[in-house]
Amino acid sequence: MSKNKPLLSVRQLTTQFNTPAGVVPAVREVSFDLQDGETLGVVGESGSGKSVTALSILRLIHSPPGRIVKGSIEFNGVDLLQRDESYLQKIRGNSISMIFQEPMSSLNPLMKVGEQIAEVIRQHRQVSHAESINQALEMLKKVQIPAPEKRLKDYPYQMSGGMRQRVMIAMALACQPRILIADEPTTALDVTIQCQIMELIQGLKEETGSAVLMITHDLGVIAEMAQKVIVMYAGQVVESGDVYSIFDNPLHPYTQLLLRSIPVLGRRTRNRREKLQEIEGMVPNLLNLPRGCSFFNRCPQAQDQCRRQAVELREISPNRQVRCVIATA
Amino acid sequence: MFVFTIRRLLQFIPTIMGITLIIFVLLNMIPGNAALSTAGRLELSPEVVEQLKKDLELDKPAYVRYFNYVSRLAQGDMGTSYLRRYDVKEIVLTRLPATLKLALSAMLIAILLGVPLGFFAALKQGSWLDVFATVIAVGGVSIPQFWLGIILMYIFSYSLQILPTSGYGNGAFINLIMPALTLGIGYAAMLARTTRAAVIEVLSADFVRTAKAKGLSSARINIRHVLRNALVLILTTTGLLFGSLIGQTVIVERLFSWPGIGSLLVESIFQRDIPVAQGCLVVIIVIFLVVNLLVDVLYHFINPQIDYQ
Repeated sequence: MSKNKPLLSVRQLTTQFNTPAGVVPAVREVSFDLQDGETLGVVGESGSGKSVTALSILRLIHSPPGRIVKGSIEFNGVDLLQRDESYLQKIRGNSISMIFQEPMSSLNPLMKVGEQIAEVIRQHRQVSHAESINQALEMLKKVQIPAPEKRLKDYPYQMSGGMRQRVMIAMALACQPRILIADEPTTALDVTIQCQIMELIQGLKEETGSAVLMITHDLGVIAEMAQKVIVMYAGQVVESGDVYSIFDNPLHPYTQLLLRSIPVLGRRTRNRREKLQEIEGMVPNLLNLPRGCSFFNRCPQAQDQCRRQAVELREISPNRQVRCVIATA
Repeated sequence: MFVFTIRRLLQFIPTIMGITLIIFVLLNMIPGNAALSTAGRLELSPEVVEQLKKDLELDKPAYVRYFNYVSRLAQGDMGTSYLRRYDVKEIVLTRLPATLKLALSAMLIAILLGVPLGFFAALKQGSWLDVFATVIAVGGVSIPQFWLGIILMYIFSYSLQILPTSGYGNGAFINLIMPALTLGIGYAAMLARTTRAAVIEVLSADFVRTAKAKGLSSARINIRHVLRNALVLILTTTGLLFGSLIGQTVIVERLFSWPGIGSLLVESIFQRDIPVAQGCLVVIIVIFLVVNLLVDVLYHFINPQIDYQ
């Protein structure tokens, strides 16, 4: 992979939510790079700040209560956090687009799906209404919706969850974005459909050459699609590296446990009653984070020093970072 | 859609039957009867009173009278006034346009004032506009119409002397202003509150975030995605409010001497002119039913998910 200037460069991104109970630091100093055409996987359990990171990139955080308090998000050398809303409107859905977790509620229930796709095309391209509908039809064909001419005139309620997610993908890719942010695109879908959707995203990505920011808690998806991975925990990046080193040699105790908690088909029958490994304990309350390492209370290898002071993310080998004092390459 | 409308129209029949029964029982339970009390006052001979009772069918048991009433109603005959011997249908129909004019103007005021006020209050949640709209809305809902009407009369007719205090003025627009405002402001307030709540609900929907992620401008999002979805909720309330508004015309018509069905109803009840009161109520109920049907039909056009077939 070439070592060009990254397409997207996120530095020290910090997003907070002001709630009646206090300030929730949902994302804490997250940094990563995304190269052109690359797939970057973001993993972590619920509440680790993955989605907020994704929404922050397009500045889609509801504000108030959300606020990006620190950091920079450079796309093509322009810091999106320094630009005004109208500049972002030109980027959204055009250069960077996003698909969401909830296909059932992410489409406008009162608008025909064809029109919803055509709308984004008209927003960013100088085309007539008829032409935009035509292009919407092409997109529906691309995402392999059967009988696209008929489906164009369907309302979202006439479609299944998988279909709707295909429509969302068609909408996101309609303007050939440089970056596609996929925020758990398959979480709400049936297992059989999940695979189809992932293959579709992968296929279209190869066709269009878009970079993909794949947010998921499914490590299988990461292993198959991503070249690089960042692991998030309690709003922080705890480990990052290329997909092979993360899977073969996880350095952070959290990543290690995460990988061990993947169920393996047939393991139980082989070793009679081996229990699936779980990560004991709970994600810390973001309102009341421990002073030291956020993973301290659940970490099997925790030492006294982990509790006392915050742990910095350190580069342990080229392109490999870990936020743990005991980890060694 | 057509089949649905026809079916709904047919459903009107049992509904109206049921309601007329209730009205009939209630009105005939009120002590006093216009015809007989007049006869008593005029000290007519017992034979004449007996003849009067016979003419008005008052010698027959109530269920027979109800049956006769309903079967005549089905043929479009609403009976004859006890008091002045005029045809009820005729008098009710001559009074109807004034009431409809008042009700529709009031509703128009309510929609034109309430929906934008609620919409912008929701978009600018917590701003001075929102606070202002909330104050207006709470005030508008709380102020009784008879009081508001009197205050308006004091300001515009007595102090400023720019509007007539009351009367129909042969349908002049200037006479319509105050009654329509009196009736409309309270409903505008209710609609503003409903609209605000509906818009706030829609604003937090996932598809609004999708629209934003598509790069649409706020104005486009608010009109194409937010307002349209909120309208589904607003429409239901509007329909229900219109129904209750027809009933509220009674007070306003009385206050402004507006020659509509409402004031006719009040007069006829005070005078125990039961056929006229029944006629007024039946017409009000039919209007209510028709408005509800219209709302359901409109619903179908706004929300494709509602398929009546």
